[in-house]
Amino acid sequence: MFKQFYEHDKAAFWLLTLIGGIVFLIPTANIIFPEESPFHVSAYSISIIGKYLTFALLGLSLDLVWGYCGILALGQGAFFALGGYAIGMYLMRQIGTRGVYGNADLPDFMVFLNWQELPWYWYGFNHFWFALLMIVLVPGLLAYVFGWLAFRSRVTGVYLSIITQALTYALLLAFFRNEMGFGGNNGLTDFKELLGFNIQSSAVRACLLIASGLALMLAFVVSKWVINSKLGRVITAIRDQEARVRFIGYRVELFKLWIFVFAAVLAGIAGALYVPQVGIINPSEFSPLNSLEIVIWVAIGGRGTLYGGIIGAVLVN
Amino acid sequence: MKSSLAKRCFRLILFVALYLPGFGSAEDTATSDFTSALNKIATASMQEREAAVQQLISLKEPRTLLILQGLLDGQLYKLRDGDKLVLAKQKDKGFSLTDAANGDDLGTKESAEIQKIPLNNSLRVLLRKSLGSLQLNSNEINTRIEAVKAIAKVLDDESLKLLRDRLAIEQESIVQDQIKLVLALEQLNSSTKSTRIEAIDLLKDHPTQDVVNRLNTLVEKDDEGNYLETDNDVRNKAKTALAAINAKISLYSGVETLFFGLSLGAVLVLSAIGLAITFGVMGVINMAHGELMMLGAYTTYVLQQLMPQQLGTALILSIPAAFMVSAVVGIAIERGIIRFLYGRPLETLLATFGVSLVLQQTVRSIFSPLNRSVAAPEWMSGTLQINDFLSLTWNRLYILIFCLLVFMLLLQILKRTRLGLEVRAVAQNRNMAKAMGIPTAWVDAMTFGLGSGIAGVAGVALSQITNVGPNLGQAYIVDSFMVVVFGGVGNLWGTLLAGFSLGIANKLLEPTAGAVLAKILVLVFIILFIQKRPRGLFPQKGRAAEG
Repeated sequence: MFKQFYEHDKAAFWLLTLIGGIVFLIPTANIIFPEESPFHVSAYSISIIGKYLTFALLGLSLDLVWGYCGILALGQGAFFALGGYAIGMYLMRQIGTRGVYGNADLPDFMVFLNWQELPWYWYGFNHFWFALLMIVLVPGLLAYVFGWLAFRSRVTGVYLSIITQALTYALLLAFFRNEMGFGGNNGLTDFKELLGFNIQSSAVRACLLIASGLALMLAFVVSKWVINSKLGRVITAIRDQEARVRFIGYRVELFKLWIFVFAAVLAGIAGALYVPQVGIINPSEFSPLNSLEIVIWVAIGGRGTLYGGIIGAVLVN
Repeated sequence: MKSSLAKRCFRLILFVALYLPGFGSAEDTATSDFTSALNKIATASMQEREAAVQQLISLKEPRTLLILQGLLDGQLYKLRDGDKLVLAKQKDKGFSLTDAANGDDLGTKESAEIQKIPLNNSLRVLLRKSLGSLQLNSNEINTRIEAVKAIAKVLDDESLKLLRDRLAIEQESIVQDQIKLVLALEQLNSSTKSTRIEAIDLLKDHPTQDVVNRLNTLVEKDDEGNYLETDNDVRNKAKTALAAINAKISLYSGVETLFFGLSLGAVLVLSAIGLAITFGVMGVINMAHGELMMLGAYTTYVLQQLMPQQLGTALILSIPAAFMVSAVVGIAIERGIIRFLYGRPLETLLATFGVSLVLQQTVRSIFSPLNRSVAAPEWMSGTLQINDFLSLTWNRLYILIFCLLVFMLLLQILKRTRLGLEVRAVAQNRNMAKAMGIPTAWVDAMTFGLGSGIAGVAGVALSQITNVGPNLGQAYIVDSFMVVVFGGVGNLWGTLLAGFSLGIANKLLEPTAGAVLAKILVLVFIILFIQKRPRGLFPQKGRAAEG
């Protein structure tokens, strides 16, 4: 099977091997070699590499919509940030009484703002499974509603680019507001533990690295499969000749919507893996500039190749 | 330094010697009375000082007002050496002095060399009243109005009589109205019902804060639930008057909101109108547009640094200068990058975004990443006070006018000049225009230069309302695109209407929703609007729309 895959797509094979190698070798090296050894990778490097892997996943998600469907979305960073906020809310609830104010229910910034009780949208985030669900659901739902409205009325090209930019800009402004209950300007930070383990410990960091790597590999394989399926071929056809595909009888907007939502979910997962590794999420992740940067990664790595987004993200960073 | 100080002291002694009483033997009696009164104020005891002040008032010398005002404000001093009266203003560590008697400049002195003229309460009361009457009879209309307002705050029988006397001889209707208003407010305290009603009738047409407050006391209840005003008719009259005034006030606040909206809209239009040319007419997505605005703002800043003395001239000069700077940079961008990317909007977007980062970084290294503030010349600052409830800031008013001027000019350029004709021809059908012998490459460069230059001009306007910094452009780029898209690409009138309506909508929502939420709501509205009408308010029709 490996040989078949290797012959089918050499670049993809080597890329997957490389990611797999990083994910496997670094933690192994840290277990085998003592801390003084040159082969021991520091915790700092681990979180940097882990961060790049999440960026790569984000790049991959944009490459799906832009490279394969021709939708230049300038708001991909918004889905990334939403995923990040979802996991950030879980991590905030985990702090519990160890915050500066020692309030068991309310995160510090809410106590600081004199809030008496938890807003309804924070309920449930004390469960890990709920947070995981939200990481997928919130970006996916937003992409679904937004995409349904946009694609149904055939907003295309630069118009779509501009309204996606407006979307992330509006979210940026919204999340800056203290009244929204997401920590305003400072965002969510000061995380203590993930699933009961200290988030600063090297073991958890290594696990996050492995998770990022696995997520990236999985996303890559699934995307590859999607692209090579009949669905993927229709999507590529839409990129090249939207009107013709529509005349043949395909519901173009549904295909576009599907790939847009799928990419948004991938971006959300990337954000959720990113936040525990850097330890903070704030509204600046929503800034239109960030989303443009993602576009640049993909443009540099080469669009319409899947690994282009990954390589671009790592190279630029 | 030392010698100039010595010279100054010498001059001072000379002055003092010249003006000491007794030396001016040739002067007529009135002037000598004036000087002796001043002398008494400087040296005599508190009670005699009061008499001296009264004597001074009766003399009606033109400088009396200034001297008494100085005395009341604690700015009247005497020199320890020679008891000469001076008006002193604190300056750096010392005091800058002017001669109280004739207004001559006496240079600066240290605080040890001068002594404040002391005041007591009865003198203060006397001063306030007499100052009021002096000002009330001044030749300046504005001084008289100010005096009426000042007297209104400390009304008593005497000052009322003063006002009535003045009203009898007053010629100017503005001052008359002002006095009538004060008198009517006083009449509300009268015990006769008809007088009170008469007063309310008069007050109805004068919506000021004082009137509203006073009328409100007429319709309020006290702690026990009884009306403060016992008479029913008067109370009802006051209620209707209040209702009328409140209607007026809400009209004024509506006008004010409209003005704020228009001025915000003017900024939006100014920043979007250049984009309407490059994006709307040429179809180029120029993400560096905001940075071209920033360059215009920095041009203003540089010109102001070059001539700090003439802020107004610098501002006027910076309009053509900013146009040139931004236009040249714009043409360079077009020739260097964009012309290779025509017909590939997404690549253009990315390339110009790169340019915008380069420009920002350049400005950051040349000037500094910190914000610079550009000073406003005098005629741009301050407010145009229409009445108590409506005041418009000059800078916003000027920007509104400026925006309309720029718009009209641009419209005329596109409509009437040869360049405008060629621009429209190329926008409609590039190949056909080329076949007709229009140098399309040159027209492209000029069009882009025009759009960029207008962005620079917008930057000049922006420098007057916000600080100038490397990120100035970024704040406006999303908004500008929204305005162009909302108005309909390739339609200048659409851009104008879209800018103003978005500005007004933003300001209308602001009081209820707050500034940030208002902005979000407007953005969401535009996103939804584009779904309904993907080509904006005024879409292009016919073949031109196909491109």
